Amino acid sequence: MASNAQDLDTLVGRHYSAGFYTEIEQDTAPPGLNEDTLRLISAKKDEPEWMLEWRLKALERFRAMREPNWAHVHYPPIDFQAISYYAAPKSDKDRPKSLDEVDPKLLETYEKLGIPLEEQKMLAGIAVDVVFDSVSVHTTFRDKLAEAGVIFCSFAEAVREHPELVQKYLGSVVPVTDNFYAALNSAVFSDGSFVYIPKHTRCPMELSTYFRINAMNTGQFERTLVIADEGSYVSYLEGCTAPMRDENQLHAAVVELVALDDAEIKYSTVQNWYPGDEEGRGGIYNFVTKRGDCRGARSKISWTQVETGSAITWKYPSCLLKGENSIGEFYSVALTNNRQQADTGTKMVHLGRGTRSTIVSKGISAGRSQNAYRGLVRIAPGAEGARNYTQCDSLLLGDQCGAHTFPYIECRNPGAQVEHEASTSRISDDQLFYLRSRGIKTEDAVNMIVNGFCKEVFKELPMEFAVEAQKLLGISLEGAVG
Amino acid sequence: MLEIKNLHAEVAGKPILRGIDLTVRPGETHAIMGPNGSGKSTLSHVLAGREGYTVTDGSVTFNGKSLLDLEPEERAGEGVFLAFQYPVEIPGVNNTYMLKAALNGIRAYRGEPELSAVDFLKLVKARVKAVGLDEGLLNRPVNEGFSGGEKKRNEVFQMSVLEPLLAILDETDSGLDIDALKAVAEGVNALRDANRSFIVVTHYQRLLDYIVPDYVHVLSKGRIIKTGGKELALELEARGYDWLTGEAA
Repeated sequence: MASNAQDLDTLVGRHYSAGFYTEIEQDTAPPGLNEDTLRLISAKKDEPEWMLEWRLKALERFRAMREPNWAHVHYPPIDFQAISYYAAPKSDKDRPKSLDEVDPKLLETYEKLGIPLEEQKMLAGIAVDVVFDSVSVHTTFRDKLAEAGVIFCSFAEAVREHPELVQKYLGSVVPVTDNFYAALNSAVFSDGSFVYIPKHTRCPMELSTYFRINAMNTGQFERTLVIADEGSYVSYLEGCTAPMRDENQLHAAVVELVALDDAEIKYSTVQNWYPGDEEGRGGIYNFVTKRGDCRGARSKISWTQVETGSAITWKYPSCLLKGENSIGEFYSVALTNNRQQADTGTKMVHLGRGTRSTIVSKGISAGRSQNAYRGLVRIAPGAEGARNYTQCDSLLLGDQCGAHTFPYIECRNPGAQVEHEASTSRISDDQLFYLRSRGIKTEDAVNMIVNGFCKEVFKELPMEFAVEAQKLLGISLEGAVG
Repeated sequence: MLEIKNLHAEVAGKPILRGIDLTVRPGETHAIMGPNGSGKSTLSHVLAGREGYTVTDGSVTFNGKSLLDLEPEERAGEGVFLAFQYPVEIPGVNNTYMLKAALNGIRAYRGEPELSAVDFLKLVKARVKAVGLDEGLLNRPVNEGFSGGEKKRNEVFQMSVLEPLLAILDETDSGLDIDALKAVAEGVNALRDANRSFIVVTHYQRLLDYIVPDYVHVLSKGRIIKTGGKELALELEARGYDWLTGEAA
């Protein structure tokens, strides 16, 4: 507990100390993916030997693997040797000095989201040396968590301070060899978040990376591990509705969740990375592996995601329903505009008896974007009495975009019940005219209809997130209907 | 207030309105009757600004402004309201939320400040009672799962909150049983005053027993072929449209 408190203190303090960036600046690794790169990362992180071994093994496996090509997305080949796997954050002198130097479009967006000025500076990557509210936020935050015995720290800290937990659970949900990008992440992951909720503890607050300021610089290969011990509960918020300034094009994160007996994890994401310009130039490739393991009986893992950013999104937050009567949920809104591509969905793997899963996916395509839902529901022979309900709706704006649905159902237990409903619709002229004739402007009318379409998912989000997500959809759709 | 002169409009190249002339003064109620396909609904939609109709000739002036140059939401701002024949369902959009956005949209157009949530709620509570709409429907998605009668009542309720200067009722009586019809008519009558005008589009005379018009116009093949008082409606009820349109049944 004490180390945890100290840890947060260091994080907060370090971010604002003047020497921080200078110190790290010398750490940038030359481009290339090899053993030396891993040794450098490991050394910089002050990692124990076992962690380095783990990375090296992952690299070995990665080299034997091939980049997958089954997703409904298209992009030029990635040269993995041309990437620098340990890039320092930009130095102060390279950063914008003030908001005057920041893209006015970005500022306009912040304004619309109602983000306070100081936070705008932080998000825009301006070196902030004035400490604003967050110090008090962090202090209260730290005390409350420590009191409950919750561990919430950076991944690097966890490797040093809680090796027994990390060794026990790391890679236990997403094995190193799970897929190409998971193997890459396992070799080169830079940092991320670690959460442990002790037995029979309800985490006293929603944990958010947004408050963990240093998480903003963890870079392209993030690693997150959340463990909810028996009878515990945690709600974890990832991301931020404001568009993030980011220099890295390829993002391949891995998120592992473990829920033991009677534990519940609620994991909410709002992803709004740079989607590229109207022609799709620039923009982030977001290739993420997220998986939750309902290891214990009656455990529950719930994924809620709102995806509006990135040039290419490729992710399937999944649940392994091992424990008897465990529950998996997936609520998703994926919005694509301009040239964005998204191939997203979920996997619900029913292994235990009486396991239940619910999938609600809402895809919205506008501009010339392509939006695909890909979902797997697998019922193993032993999953007696398993039930799944899937609802998958697509909404099209305009006539140059695409919506695709790829549902896979594998049912090996005759007693299981699997339901799938799908719909594709266009924003109808009737609906638009109805709202406009009442005095509502076209853009507001479109937002209203789209938000109504997403309502079932938004109600799963924590309150403040839901409000921001609604605003975000409006901003992402600007100019989609003219 | 409203002046329609020689209005011609077509849909997909097919002429529907072929020279409509109509003047509506403040406080007047005009009934537009006519057989199916005479252009009644087209007239309602052209006045409200629906896309898909091309005005090929003529003008529509509303309180000195050319209505045809305005977007549908601007027409609403000027005080035009259309009660739809088939009110559309909008899943997930709360009825009250939509109405608040509409009212504030209109107020913004007029340069008035937004109504506070408290004042808005007061207004809604008062009007929902007056129209006899089930209060439970206020927090449901717009028209979703409403019965035919509830949808029409919801239209009248919206009208009572938005307080238009000119309300166009497009076959508001269609699909209503007699009790629902009476209730809707009562809601409309409660809104009639010296400044507010109505255009009541209907196929049957029945509605006009309850919403008594000052004028009745008969529309046929895109033209007004006869205008009279409320007794004209009764005559149409007794004799049908054929004696006017000159066609065999």
